[in-house]
Amino acid sequence: MRDLILEKKKDIVKRWIELTIDTYPPEGGSFMKNQKNQFANPVGAAILNGAETLYKWIMSGDKDLSPDVVRRLDDVIRIRAVQQFSASDAVGFIFLLKRVIRETLLRDALKDKNDLQELFDIDSRIDSLALHAFNMYMKCREKLFEIRAMEIRNRTSRILERACMKYGAPHEW
Amino acid sequence: MELHDLPKPQDLMNIDLNKPPETGWMDTPTVFRNGTYSYPAAGKNLKILGLANPRQWSPADEDWKLPENWKEIILQGMKERLEKYRSFRLFMDICVRCGACADKCHFFIGSGDPKNMPVLRAELIRSVYRNDFTLLGKMLGRLGGGRELTIDVLKEWFYYFFQCTECRRCSVFCPYGIDTAEVTMIGRELLNLVGLNINWVIEPVANCYRTGNHLGIPPHGLVDMWQFMTDDIEDITGIKIDLPINKKGAEILFVTPSGDYFADPGTYTCMGYMMLFHELGLDYTWSTYASEGGNFGLFTSHEMIKRLNAKIYAEAKRLGVKWIIGGECGHMWRVIHQYMETMNGPADFLEEPVSPITGTKFENAKQSKMVHITEFTSDLIKNGKLKLDPSRNDKIIATYHDSCNTARAAGLLEEPRYVIRNIMNNFYEMPENTIREQTFCCGGGAGLGNDENIEMRMRGAFPRASALRHVVDKHAVNRLLCMCAIDRATLTALCHYWAPDVTVGGIHELLANALVMKGEKERTVDLRGEPLGDEEEDE
Repeated sequence: MRDLILEKKKDIVKRWIELTIDTYPPEGGSFMKNQKNQFANPVGAAILNGAETLYKWIMSGDKDLSPDVVRRLDDVIRIRAVQQFSASDAVGFIFLLKRVIRETLLRDALKDKNDLQELFDIDSRIDSLALHAFNMYMKCREKLFEIRAMEIRNRTSRILERACMKYGAPHEW
Repeated sequence: MELHDLPKPQDLMNIDLNKPPETGWMDTPTVFRNGTYSYPAAGKNLKILGLANPRQWSPADEDWKLPENWKEIILQGMKERLEKYRSFRLFMDICVRCGACADKCHFFIGSGDPKNMPVLRAELIRSVYRNDFTLLGKMLGRLGGGRELTIDVLKEWFYYFFQCTECRRCSVFCPYGIDTAEVTMIGRELLNLVGLNINWVIEPVANCYRTGNHLGIPPHGLVDMWQFMTDDIEDITGIKIDLPINKKGAEILFVTPSGDYFADPGTYTCMGYMMLFHELGLDYTWSTYASEGGNFGLFTSHEMIKRLNAKIYAEAKRLGVKWIIGGECGHMWRVIHQYMETMNGPADFLEEPVSPITGTKFENAKQSKMVHITEFTSDLIKNGKLKLDPSRNDKIIATYHDSCNTARAAGLLEEPRYVIRNIMNNFYEMPENTIREQTFCCGGGAGLGNDENIEMRMRGAFPRASALRHVVDKHAVNRLLCMCAIDRATLTALCHYWAPDVTVGGIHELLANALVMKGEKERTVDLRGEPLGDEEEDE
């Protein structure tokens, strides 16, 4: 089965990207698929590069996420964490890969027990990636709240600091 | 296990991911999700300005407490504006929906939401125009692209016209020259007629109207703040600056955004101006009345732009100056460059600006009599009037974000770059389709840079951030330069989220770092109080 997966890698990744982009409104999605310049279409570029790198990791035997994989996953999650998605929608695109693999391979590939074992392995790697993604999503959301708090604090901190200096009050805080 | 015993893929994939609406854009209602809209204007601020329908309300509520005849008011307002502004009628009629602008908006690129395509954003209002103001629309209705103005349409206007930063990137690509920002401006004017506005715009406007600046700081408060800055400058350089304030008969009036008085990192840029003018021995003055370059009237209505901008010429006249220098502000320059003469001119009591240091005539400012600080400074550098030590900025590896309004509205593309290249050694440009005329907005202009709108801001900020991250990866850039007070605030949040190792700052902060001043002590720290050199190397 692994041979087949390797052979069909291009189709699988392509379909995964398609399904992920389909979570956007069609007009936005068609732009993300067609505009090739990464700076004109940074969301599309992040999904494209992300899918390829993540797929490679899932099919590899690597235990930990390499810095490159972390960065690519973070790129996609950081974007989806501020878009019009619920938490499950934001990270759920990872599970779409299960669907793609089943649709692409199931009929041809599952010939014996080993194949099934392999499929389960892939499934659990996808699950593990999704858990990583969930951690990243939470970090992004926490960051947003932190920025909000920081902005509110900074609006007056300088004035307070100056006022304290002027009237001799301690201003360390 | 047999194959047929396996669960179906659909059963395993029991997650129903976000499905886009199946209705057409005209019938898809707006969802007000927390983090994607700005809080409405407080009634007290509307009262100060004499604006319509002061009350407490929330966009998330079903009932927006509108006047009963809101529809009549809006349609009448549209009629008046179609007659008054030729550009508005032209922009309503001329669009052929070619799509050139469609993918140029940072909010569309960052969100994928089709109503953030400039063409569709304008279509929100254009559909009502067709329905009520064109014969074809009246006859054909929906078939002719017309749409009745309903409460849902009005809510959609509020959501999307306060989701446009008026950055005008889309207009660069329009073959007909449609300025979609002006459509947004009219949209906001109309919304104001029934009391639909946001507090982040209206509160600065109300403050400005009363005290001259966005933060509502009275004159003695400003003087205090400025003097604190001169104290900091003395600590860093050993030079005590005696700041000219409200000085009658000075040659030049200096006007800059008040954001730079209180909020870091703008304060460092403000200190930079003070140091530069002191070193030149310039005969100029600060003003506690014209204490704000920014003009959030631009995000409210044409009448409000005029009302707030009047103070600059009024103060110039009162003090008897010859001409005016304006600081590093963004939308201030759109107002000065494109509306000031018509609204508040002619400034025939002022003289054509001539630099007292180099003798250069600023012919481009003949009409407004206002010169941008980077025009003034780049001329000084070109004529060798400044002693600069760029190595003092060696710790900084910078890139430059063209602020939308200075770049697209005022054409200031080369001057800031010329200054930057002369004050530092490490400068790298972002990719060319993200700078100069094509620069991407910070995502928080036009009054949208408030904290409650943070999610939307980060979506809009992503195109800029993606270009920034490219130069961070490639050249280890650690400073994002800009010349706009809104940028200095909003890009700071952008960097926190998208590029945490990058700090934000203005150009004149770095100029003042590099400026070798007469009688200064040996500089050990920069304007931020951080060591100039690499400490480890010093040891």
